[in-house]
Amino acid sequence: MKILTTVKRVEDYESKIKVRPDQTWIVTEGVNYRANPFDEIAVEEALRLRDANMPSEVVVVSVGPAAAATEIRSGLAMGADRGILVKHDAFVDSDGVARLLQKVIEQEKPDLVLMGKQAVDVDDNVAGQLVAEYLGWGQATFASKKESLESPEEKAKKPGLKLSADKKSVQAAREVDGGLEVLEVQLPAIVTVDLRLNVPRYASLPNIMKAKKKPIQELTPQGLSVDVTPKVKVLKVEPPPARTAGIKVPDVATLVQKLHAEAKVI
Amino acid sequence: MRDASYQEIRDSVRALCTGFDSSYWQRLDRESAYPEEFVRALTEGGWLAALIPQEYGGAGLGLAEASVVLEEINRCGGNSGACHGQMYNMGTLLRHGSEAQKRRYLPKVASGELRLQSMAVTEPTTGTNTTKLKTTAVRKGDRYLVNGQKVWVSRLQHTDLMILLARTTPLAEVKRKSEGLSIFLVDVRGALNRGLTARPIRNMVNHETNEVFFEDLEVPAANLIGEEGKGFKYILDGLNAERTLIAAECIGDGYWFVDKATRYARDRVVFDRPIGQNQGVQFPIAESYVEVEAANLMRWKACRLFDAHEPCGEEANMAKYLAAKASWEAANVCLQTHGGFGFAAEFDVERKFRETRLYQVAPISTNLILSYVAEHVLGLPRSF
Repeated sequence: MKILTTVKRVEDYESKIKVRPDQTWIVTEGVNYRANPFDEIAVEEALRLRDANMPSEVVVVSVGPAAAATEIRSGLAMGADRGILVKHDAFVDSDGVARLLQKVIEQEKPDLVLMGKQAVDVDDNVAGQLVAEYLGWGQATFASKKESLESPEEKAKKPGLKLSADKKSVQAAREVDGGLEVLEVQLPAIVTVDLRLNVPRYASLPNIMKAKKKPIQELTPQGLSVDVTPKVKVLKVEPPPARTAGIKVPDVATLVQKLHAEAKVI
Repeated sequence: MRDASYQEIRDSVRALCTGFDSSYWQRLDRESAYPEEFVRALTEGGWLAALIPQEYGGAGLGLAEASVVLEEINRCGGNSGACHGQMYNMGTLLRHGSEAQKRRYLPKVASGELRLQSMAVTEPTTGTNTTKLKTTAVRKGDRYLVNGQKVWVSRLQHTDLMILLARTTPLAEVKRKSEGLSIFLVDVRGALNRGLTARPIRNMVNHETNEVFFEDLEVPAANLIGEEGKGFKYILDGLNAERTLIAAECIGDGYWFVDKATRYARDRVVFDRPIGQNQGVQFPIAESYVEVEAANLMRWKACRLFDAHEPCGEEANMAKYLAAKASWEAANVCLQTHGGFGFAAEFDVERKFRETRLYQVAPISTNLILSYVAEHVLGLPRSF
């Protein structure tokens, strides 16, 4: 079984993000980068499925600048087998990413593709769905699991996705309003993962050492014959309004009156 | 610019440490408990086997990388003191143990099945005057009988193996006083209350340490490390690694104090402005940062020399001196910046303050480093 996972290089959510004075994008100097946390959950799930269904292979793919090899390497240090970097320095929109992934997937022919449901930088939440559409594959989005992250199943590192005995389909529980919906999709399929699917492992020292020797293949949009000229144009980037100081009200009646008349929340 | 060398090791250790936040360390401190879960997680992650060669199941990394692991633990607010012994005790076995001993113990130490966390060298009546130590090991057939007393034997309740230095030839019968001492690898599990008695010493920090008594403790002759009588030389070898690793822990503490003080000085508003706007508050923090950064340079110099197998006694000692001084001064500044809140346990400052204070005293006191530099580096007459 071959599982392909994707990892995006994103700004560390602990970094302080500033908007560039010309409002075209954020200031990238001095910002730390890391792997998109949802993608780490996808890698973790891929590793659990692999280890429960040997022999299997986990391939980590990223689209981004040369530096994105660092995030691939962190997936390899978690235990993935090899990496593929589609190298492109300029901005690629979600559609471009989906078209690149389509080509990589056609070359690699995995049985299952696991992706984070969205990247925490721009929060688009479309790449996974687009890839499934372009490939004509089934998809299950926002995969979660029934058991809690404190459960014995999670402690035992059991996969949250249930592969059928004949390995022809996979079941995914997805979070919907008021509960979980369980979908079964035929393989090959695209599954995007949500926050409560698993707790990703930490890379161990021996695996970090091994990851240095694992191969990362480099591809380019030109080589894959994909035009990644963005269809989406960022018009303007603005910081959220600064929080202003609160006010003190003398009594409950005034509070209620203000919540009703001024804040209009009740 | 903050030191970003070995970034992937830093990131990984930091990620592991996020699972053990300040409430974890506060609870341990309150209960005087050992960070068992933390040490287990570190072991399972392979971090405590950084220095063990790959052929024995470790990562085969150098002292530089090992030092980054300990630095990051302290920089994240934890305390490497609970497990650093494993890093530096290993060196004795690695450099001087026989192939059979290494094959027998190292893979199990690397996997975490066995812990090698303790070292018994110091004695209550001899202190740093190591060659005068009184614990004896007398050979009887295929074993040695050990008698005597040691002090400041740390983590003994949390180890399987212990390095022991004892006199095998009486002082009166050796040509040089540094001869006639030998190192043994003692299996603590079989020895506790069968010739080996331990008595915990309550102390200022949550650092588990003991007085240890030997009464006809039997140690198999096969557990002698290296040649009989050359133990003092072997011990000195291991100490340079120990000094350098402790320096790195102090650097980690130093950064923690500087960050903590900076954040508080920026956020704490009194008289309608952040207290960090006052030079009287910001200058000591800036000074602490300068001192930590400077000490860090000597730490890297010591690591580089050690990893190149070049003499590094001078640099290892100076790194430990500078780093321990910098972290202690940063601790004091951090406490002062926090005012009364610095004394509240929930801020972690008072705990880290006590913890880093240890490194002015252990594993070698500041005065003895100065005396080493005066005598061995500058060639001044021996003062004692």
